[in-house]
Amino acid sequence: MNAPLRRVAISVLVLFTLLIVNVNIIQVVRAGDLRDNPRNTRVLADQFDRERGSIVVDGNEIALSVPTDGRLRYLRQYPQGELYAPVTGYYSPLVYGNTGLEREANAILSGSDPRLTLFRLGDLFTGRDPAGGNIQLTLEPAAQQAAMEGLAGVTGAVVALDPRTGAVLALASTPSYDPEKLSSHDPAAIREYRSQLGEAELRNHAISDRYQAGSIFKVIVAAAALATGDYTPATTIPAPDVLTLPGTSTTLRNYGNSSCNGGADQSLIDALTVSCNTAFAQLGIDLGEERIRDMAEAFGMDDEGLEIPLDVAGSTIGDIENDAQLGQTSIGQFNVAMTPMQAAMIAATVANDGTLMRPYLVDSVQAPDLRVIDQTEPEQLAEPISSDVAGQLTEMMTSVVAEGSGRRAGISGVQVAGKTGTAQVSEGVDDHNWFIGFAPAEDPTIAVAVFVANGGGTGGDTSAPIARQVIEAHLAAQGGG
Amino acid sequence: MSGPGTDPRASAAGTSTPTRRNTELALLGFAVVLTITAQCIVDITVTGSLSPEIATFSLWYTALWVVAHLVVRRWAAYADPLLLPCVAVLVGLGLTMIHRLDIAASQVGGESTGEDAPVQLLWATIGLALFVAVLLIVRDHRMLARLAYTLALLGLVLLAIPAALPSSISEVNGAKLWIRVGGFSIQPGEFAKICLIVFFAAYLVEKRDVLALASRRVLRLELPRGRDLGPVLAAWVVSILVLVFERDLGSSLLLFGIFVVMLYVATERASWLVIGLLLFAGGAFLAYQLFGHVRVRVDTWLDPFAYADEGGYQIVQSLFGLGTGGLFGAGLGGGRPDQVPVAKSDFIAAAIGEELGLFGLVAVIVLYLILVERGLRTSLIVRDGFGKLLAAGLSFAVAWQVFVVLGGVTGLLPLTGLTTPFLAYGGSSLVANFGLVALLVRISDAARRPSAPPPAPPPKLVDAPTEVVRP
Repeated sequence: MNAPLRRVAISVLVLFTLLIVNVNIIQVVRAGDLRDNPRNTRVLADQFDRERGSIVVDGNEIALSVPTDGRLRYLRQYPQGELYAPVTGYYSPLVYGNTGLEREANAILSGSDPRLTLFRLGDLFTGRDPAGGNIQLTLEPAAQQAAMEGLAGVTGAVVALDPRTGAVLALASTPSYDPEKLSSHDPAAIREYRSQLGEAELRNHAISDRYQAGSIFKVIVAAAALATGDYTPATTIPAPDVLTLPGTSTTLRNYGNSSCNGGADQSLIDALTVSCNTAFAQLGIDLGEERIRDMAEAFGMDDEGLEIPLDVAGSTIGDIENDAQLGQTSIGQFNVAMTPMQAAMIAATVANDGTLMRPYLVDSVQAPDLRVIDQTEPEQLAEPISSDVAGQLTEMMTSVVAEGSGRRAGISGVQVAGKTGTAQVSEGVDDHNWFIGFAPAEDPTIAVAVFVANGGGTGGDTSAPIARQVIEAHLAAQGGG
Repeated sequence: MSGPGTDPRASAAGTSTPTRRNTELALLGFAVVLTITAQCIVDITVTGSLSPEIATFSLWYTALWVVAHLVVRRWAAYADPLLLPCVAVLVGLGLTMIHRLDIAASQVGGESTGEDAPVQLLWATIGLALFVAVLLIVRDHRMLARLAYTLALLGLVLLAIPAALPSSISEVNGAKLWIRVGGFSIQPGEFAKICLIVFFAAYLVEKRDVLALASRRVLRLELPRGRDLGPVLAAWVVSILVLVFERDLGSSLLLFGIFVVMLYVATERASWLVIGLLLFAGGAFLAYQLFGHVRVRVDTWLDPFAYADEGGYQIVQSLFGLGTGGLFGAGLGGGRPDQVPVAKSDFIAAAIGEELGLFGLVAVIVLYLILVERGLRTSLIVRDGFGKLLAAGLSFAVAWQVFVVLGGVTGLLPLTGLTTPFLAYGGSSLVANFGLVALLVRISDAARRPSAPPPAPPPKLVDAPTEVVRP
């Protein structure tokens, strides 16, 4: 019986080898896929077991983890949920994953960031659960509050920057939602709440979506003109009532078929002040695509996007095939696609003597013991225009608010510079309403962009007042220390 | 403690066959230390401190194996030295995992099922008692052959009891395998398995000459005579009955597989394997066509992720656990093995793979392999045909069961209801397997024991010591 016994022994060896090979396939080859499978709640549930770091604005925790008695040991809370939802995002490892900073800063908040390794080693020895680091944001509560209040009832976005550093002072997107309800431990309730939310609530209009820019783009055309050295704010340019786009029978008119200067030539500063479409379309055509495109890209409209660390979609002026399209592009129509963040960057560049600072949202990173382990240093991103040109643009934009389309952004006792935009979307759909600006014009501490989707009015009617509220709130907070 | 050379019995016998008992003792010591260390790691990782019960556990577990070792040393001195240590590591690892899952359940709260590890330790103790009893009572394994038909009857009765009992007593999760009385539940099938293997061995050794008779050759296969197909058909029918009345795919597959392999070993006729395979294929096809629960098992096996919320939930969770464990595992107490349903019993291998990683799981598989191959080696060297077949049957039973269970947990095979020998939570399985190992130890002792203690050679006259002549 020994011969078959040996064969049985070998067969057993083969069977066990099969087992071992299969285990290797699962635990090595397929391990990554299995680990990352959205249904695998292991890694995610593990995240609920450690104290996640807080997101802090001006000393107040806007996102924090509190211990619970339940199965999952920590619960994420957002004391001012809707106010900061566009920044924090939500924390839903159980169902939808994370968004916003909860996602982009996850390494620090969860404690897996290498900069926290030393602390984690310490935790290993002391037996404490590893805790995550905290992130301190650049946001200014007053500005954020004013922005969200200003946007109440509309779909829109506000971005406010400190033009000198690039620090984000306000990042608002409406309508908002309560992130706490998406971060609970109850998957059914999370799904229920989420089902009530639409794209409008869940997308961050300030950074994720790009829109027709309308007349705020004229600032870039003006910059391109001034940068040539052939133009000054006083240079007169043609400002006809109707412009027939070259090579077409398409006519271009001014807002509400109004006249810029009775059909006569107009100075550059006046053309910007009344936001003359025909003048800027012709100016853009005269300057040529290359100058317009170069200037737009220098201002950041290079289609590349940014990380602040939230992802900012890339803005672009799009492809231009002929002068007719260039004319439309020059008034911010056609394929111009801009995020409100990009709009704020344009205002901030002019405000900061022509130097564009990299926008950032995280001021510092703290270890669990609150020791600062990383402090963001302001960084220069580009210098699209000289400080002379910036000064000329400031003069022109101040005129817009003082006596032009942006009057409703004016604040008594403060020089505000700005530019309105009313972008046509399509037939039968209300225009997008824009305003970009900064203040105080002589020594700006805030640059702001306001976007109201399909606002139904003009940038000057709808968006400029919101910008004023944000600037006022900011100046008041600054004044109050 | 005496080394091989100084073992009084060995030197008295004048042979060089070492008993290897000290090897066993050293390995058992290692197994016990490993188990206690693992328990401490679990406590420290999960709760942050050592529980007071750890001292009791350590003493108890050490005592268990000291007793086992002493009994073997006294009553089966020539037994294979690797069998017990393999079992000691596996049982210890199982106890550790069950303890770890106990803690997880108590932390999760609500669905806590109470402390299972102490119960399992109690079962291990009872298992050890059976182990000792078998070694003491069965002094020569050949005596079992005389009980073959009694054991066959006992085996069939044990197998049939759950099917005959009302479902309220015998059914758990759809399978009717249990006798549940009070707080205890017993799976008589685990014991039936051993009884039937003993019977198979005795029966086949008796009938092997007849069963090996060939009628005609077909394609190089020597087919048995038609009238000799009776026994294999009977085994097949019993297996199918188990499947039908107890809805237990695992036991059905196990019994039939063991019988066919033992038949092959006894007759040395590969044709029996072919016939067995054909019968299996036919049975499997019928079962797939007729039984919903078999169809569900097969479908979820083919694409577990398609049924991730239903029948495939367990296997998918098991795969997630294994994948998340990766090469080195999450560490004892570091994973979430409690996310796999019934991790303590059917899916304990997944828990081990998650926390001890690929290395831990492969180590467990290799431990089983050593256990099985030592058993088969015993079968090779034991002299009597009954012992050979019995050892082969018992070893193959462990191998087949491990393959089917681990294959199921890792998605290689459809899931069956079998338990993982020695590791999994479950009294019947643990106790029965201790009995199984006792038989292997007994046979291996007979296999390695020097045949008929040779009389001491008369000393040469010149070397002979001066003897005092006594009255």
